[in-house]
Amino acid sequence: MKEVRGGKAWLGILRIAYKLLTNDRPKFAALIVGIAFAVFLMVQMTSIFAGILGRASSTVTNIGARVWVMDPAVKTVANNIPMPDYVLDAVRSIDGVKYAVPLYSSGALVRLKSGSYQAVTVVGLDESSLYGRPDLVEGNVEDIYAENAFIAVRDAEFSKLEKPQIGTEFELNDHRGVIIGFAKVTSAGLFGTPTLYTTYKRAIQYIPSSRYTISFILVEPKNNADIQHIQEQVRRIGYLAQTKEEFVGKIARYYMFQTGLGTNILIMTVVSFIVGLSISGQTFYTFILENREKFGAIKAIGAKGHELLVMILFQATFTALTGYGLGVGLCSLLIALARFRLPNYAASITYLNLGIAFIMVVIIAGISSCIGIRKVVNIEPFEIFRG
Amino acid sequence: MAAAAVKAMGLVKWFGEGDARTFAVKDVSFEAHFGEMLFIVGPSGSGKTTLLSMISGILRPDAGEVQVEDRKIWSMTNDEIADFRLNTVGFVFQDYHLFPRLTTAENVAIPLILRRENWDDAIKVAETYLEIVGLKERTGLTPRKLSGGEQQRVAIARAIVGRPDILIFDEPTASLDGDTGRKIVDFIKKEILNDRRCIIIVTHDGRIYEYADRIMQMEDGKIMNTVQGALHEE
Repeated sequence: MKEVRGGKAWLGILRIAYKLLTNDRPKFAALIVGIAFAVFLMVQMTSIFAGILGRASSTVTNIGARVWVMDPAVKTVANNIPMPDYVLDAVRSIDGVKYAVPLYSSGALVRLKSGSYQAVTVVGLDESSLYGRPDLVEGNVEDIYAENAFIAVRDAEFSKLEKPQIGTEFELNDHRGVIIGFAKVTSAGLFGTPTLYTTYKRAIQYIPSSRYTISFILVEPKNNADIQHIQEQVRRIGYLAQTKEEFVGKIARYYMFQTGLGTNILIMTVVSFIVGLSISGQTFYTFILENREKFGAIKAIGAKGHELLVMILFQATFTALTGYGLGVGLCSLLIALARFRLPNYAASITYLNLGIAFIMVVIIAGISSCIGIRKVVNIEPFEIFRG
Repeated sequence: MAAAAVKAMGLVKWFGEGDARTFAVKDVSFEAHFGEMLFIVGPSGSGKTTLLSMISGILRPDAGEVQVEDRKIWSMTNDEIADFRLNTVGFVFQDYHLFPRLTTAENVAIPLILRRENWDDAIKVAETYLEIVGLKERTGLTPRKLSGGEQQRVAIARAIVGRPDILIFDEPTASLDGDTGRKIVDFIKKEILNDRRCIIIVTHDGRIYEYADRIMQMEDGKIMNTVQGALHEE
């Protein structure tokens, strides 16, 4: 008979462990359901949060400027604090700035062809460069210079504009607006409003503004090494310059720590973790207890403590990974189904979500197996004899 | 006389401490030989199972030593003792302790799997041993679908599949009716025992004493007397 050496030597022992686990179908199913349910809840919660965070910084992502200059008190794109024009001049004069342009972003109400009103987000781009313009899927970008021209973003909110065509007219503060093209963007907005792009000057002309009108200044540095210098110079004049990534992070932190959203999601994630731990921990513990004598018999026959340890760890890992895969799959399916009916459903499964859920599953498996390991490794084969 | 397979020297075992200390085995010495079927008998609580555990490398004595084939087992490390049990001793437990979720062939193959033998080969060998114990047609069934006597035979197949020199049976007939019990012990004596093997059976079932080569009677942790039983015939 062949004796197997190396890593394969463990295959037989692992196969016994696998059969002991999966042949007890009711318990195995309970374990898998417990972990899958916990993973489903954890991934679902964190995905919704990630989706919301992604949407919250959609303007920053879609515009794509590398450096954003703003009032230091600004928390998100939506609650921008207008800056005076001299800031733009000052930024343009900083060494290392290739170019800097103003950006206008504000909410507004448009009156549609049917006579109904619809809230929109209007983004005003610098007319000389159109820096931060979206990619057009229909129409010509040059038409934005035509009278009353607006570009509509064809995203999940687009239908709220009553499915306009090129040439469709609307009213904005008693001004006539005309759709001259349709654009696509990377990320839809958080607040469920359609987005209209126009020129900076037309935006501040159409929408009632405060004394200052520049929402943000978009900066293109000459090279990456200049960014730090630009940030220092902007700070000297009392404003804040952040890279795209820093601004996205700032928005995320705002929603996480200052809106209660993050806390609620965290609580739900912890609850999911506890539910998963309770179900799978208890089931695994019962499984171990039921097989304790059998493990003791194996130990009496000649299995070493570390071999039993490997068997239990394998069982816990296999259960955890299977439950994890099912949970993630279930969550993906639900999000896909939700998107089918609700195109604007804000949920996004990221590697970070998956990583967090994976770590929590590993902890669940670890705790569950620790309980079992103690029970099995400490068993005295003599107890088997005594019956 | 055949060579000594097991040599117990001054074994002592107690449980509890202080006033609660109880001696289960008191200075027991004996030898079991190859080709011999030794019965250890006595009432419950006489120390039979404790003695059996000490000579099979399961329970460390508080004093004394056990020598098996010139090896002093209680001088070994825990891993060495586990290897000793795996390679030298075959166990048949009172409640069999078969895995209900594994097939009979898989149950029997466990000692071979623990020896890191190839799974398919181990199953084939296990099937051969199931044939030896008369369960050729039961290899794919789980133990739950077998009768008590059949489960006992599976446990015997598991004990002998690794060709151990020493076989330990703990109350092998306790869960069986008289007729089945006798058949099992008769089978053990005729088919399992040979010149290179020593079988030690703990029992208090008087119906099977006739199969013993030697009977060692225990009481209060001591060997009270030893009786020569029926001689084993090759």
